[in-house]
Amino acid sequence: MSSAGPRKDRMAETPTAQHSPPARPEAGLMRDMFRTMWLIRRFEERAAEEYMKGHIGGFLHLAIGEEAAVVGSIAALRPTDPITSTYREHGQALARGSDPRAVMAELFGRSTGICGGRGGSMHLMDAGRHFYGGYGIVGGSIPLAVGLGFAIAYREEEGVAMAMFGDGATNQGVLAESMNMAALWRLPVVFFVLNNHYGMGTAIDRASADPDLFKRAEAFGMPATQIDGMEVLAVYRAVLEAARLAREERQPSMIEALAYRYRGHSMSDPDTVRVADEKERWEARDPLVTFERVLLGQAALTGDDVAAVRAEVEGVVEDAVQFATDSPPVPVAELARHVYAHPWDDAPTGSAVMP
Amino acid sequence: MSTAARSAAAPTGTHTAKPISYREALTQAMREEMERDDAVFIMGEDVGQYEGAFKVTRGLLREFGERRVVDTPISEAGFVGIGVGAAMAGLRPIVELMTVNFSIVAMDQIVNNAAKLGYMFGGQVACPMVVRMPGGAGHQLAAQHSHSLEAWFTHIPGLKVAAPATPFDAKGLLKTAIRDDDPVVFLESEGLYAKKGPVGDAEELVRFGHAAARRAGEACTIVAVGRMVWVALAAAEELASEGVECDVLDPRTLRPLDMETLAASVRRTHRAVIVEEGWPECGVAANLAARLYEQCFDWLDAPIERVSSADVPMPYARNLEQAALPGPADVAAAVTRTLRGA
Repeated sequence: MSSAGPRKDRMAETPTAQHSPPARPEAGLMRDMFRTMWLIRRFEERAAEEYMKGHIGGFLHLAIGEEAAVVGSIAALRPTDPITSTYREHGQALARGSDPRAVMAELFGRSTGICGGRGGSMHLMDAGRHFYGGYGIVGGSIPLAVGLGFAIAYREEEGVAMAMFGDGATNQGVLAESMNMAALWRLPVVFFVLNNHYGMGTAIDRASADPDLFKRAEAFGMPATQIDGMEVLAVYRAVLEAARLAREERQPSMIEALAYRYRGHSMSDPDTVRVADEKERWEARDPLVTFERVLLGQAALTGDDVAAVRAEVEGVVEDAVQFATDSPPVPVAELARHVYAHPWDDAPTGSAVMP
Repeated sequence: MSTAARSAAAPTGTHTAKPISYREALTQAMREEMERDDAVFIMGEDVGQYEGAFKVTRGLLREFGERRVVDTPISEAGFVGIGVGAAMAGLRPIVELMTVNFSIVAMDQIVNNAAKLGYMFGGQVACPMVVRMPGGAGHQLAAQHSHSLEAWFTHIPGLKVAAPATPFDAKGLLKTAIRDDDPVVFLESEGLYAKKGPVGDAEELVRFGHAAARRAGEACTIVAVGRMVWVALAAAEELASEGVECDVLDPRTLRPLDMETLAASVRRTHRAVIVEEGWPECGVAANLAARLYEQCFDWLDAPIERVSSADVPMPYARNLEQAALPGPADVAAAVTRTLRGA
């Protein structure tokens, strides 16, 4: 296997502005996206600090560098369109509008956490906002999104389900099964692969025979596109079109967003496998910086606005950390709560294995 | 409570004009529940046009159409996962796996997703899905098509596990499973599909976690699961001809488990034999024996005996397969061992 030598620099090939219908989101939405990107960035940077202090346990997978792909895609959906994700999903929850306090408290494992401290960083869910969760097996949540799309079609509703996953998940067989059934049954599903170029520590060209992941869709007769995942508006436009296809034509599709994660796989990853200066070259196109430039150029924001957004976000994140810190632990008496949907009220009066 | 459970369990035969097969009982349960609730649908390999590999879904496509009887490709992980997603959205999928053997391919979806959603997301969603599948050996299908995986599923918190032995329970338990808000692994037995018996009417559900007494006796308690209930009854019949009367109990669901009824019987007979079709190591019988030791140690007059399949992958050759499977003679011998010195 050709694992030695410098890998192809796929950023050089990143298609920019090739999907550019004239429509631009209105200024208010662009400002919201800018704010959400900053919120996710600062939330995760602060989470990393709290992890280092030992306030957050387990795994902490950061998506720093991927904010444009996360925010642009979710902004293009309706708030009632269900989405699923892998375990790198702090951004998905925040982009869906989950309370940063409840998300941070979940990372801290507190009773006020969004999942009551049962899930942690990898298993956030906000069902009320139709964010159907972060899952620990990279491809495992993809058929769930197809099932959510199945339910939409079954009930003849208007929604679109979006499966969000990474390049690593594309090599699990369940993706092919899911895409096939979505296409076969014409379900309203968007397969959104956030290609950050690494499956844990293995670079994509050492894991995928053809690293153009969007080509997988062709086998299922499904439209697909590869976009610049560092540019939030490109992502927004692509998902808007994919959602339209799903909603109006019951046509599932695939989007491959090329992006990059600046940090290692998780906080426990020393991140020693990157090609020299690869990270620097991606960071030079940081999605927050480039989007700020776009907004300033279009006069959608002023320098003062940018400063105000950053200050406001800083306050929100600090408040979330404080809230999590001050929140009570989960009562141990509730250890067995939620294993089953209801208590077993019909149990024989002796012992039983169900709580 | 155990008395009530017993009387509810006894198939009285008053409910239908003529006995129907275990297979038809399952079909009837699905038809009635689909008529009752539009959220119920069936999905699986060959469940529609082909009417099921074992014809359990016969007539349902014609009656309910392709929206509610969905033929899938051979993609067990994918369509079980689709069932989980649909269940999260509030539908009530009945996912048929052609046999329990193929559940192994879908285990990530069953164990990591279906069983854990409710807990790991703090009760925000439920997974009201039934995964139906027949299991068991005896048809010379060799190592990869002869599994009994009751123990695997029973091991998993978050799942419920039902294993009906009679047409009455096949119907009543399946209806309960479909209405249950938790994921239910519904283990049918290939060897029982043709077995006939009475069934309950549309609202005569069989509650989970209530064992059924299949035969009454004082000499020894025999606990048997699924098809092994009939093996145990054959053994009990044989023993009765020698004057040894056994209590034969069928837990009907392994999760939840009716320990009360099982323990009450063992405290009365002072002996227990547990019969399962799975493998012995970390098996259902091992678990039940441990639980009975915990609750009945002071009442036992003999070590608990386990009867299971041999600890080998299932062989093809007819004589080897028969040697590997538990039969009435094995059960009778185990009962006799518990009675040694009595």
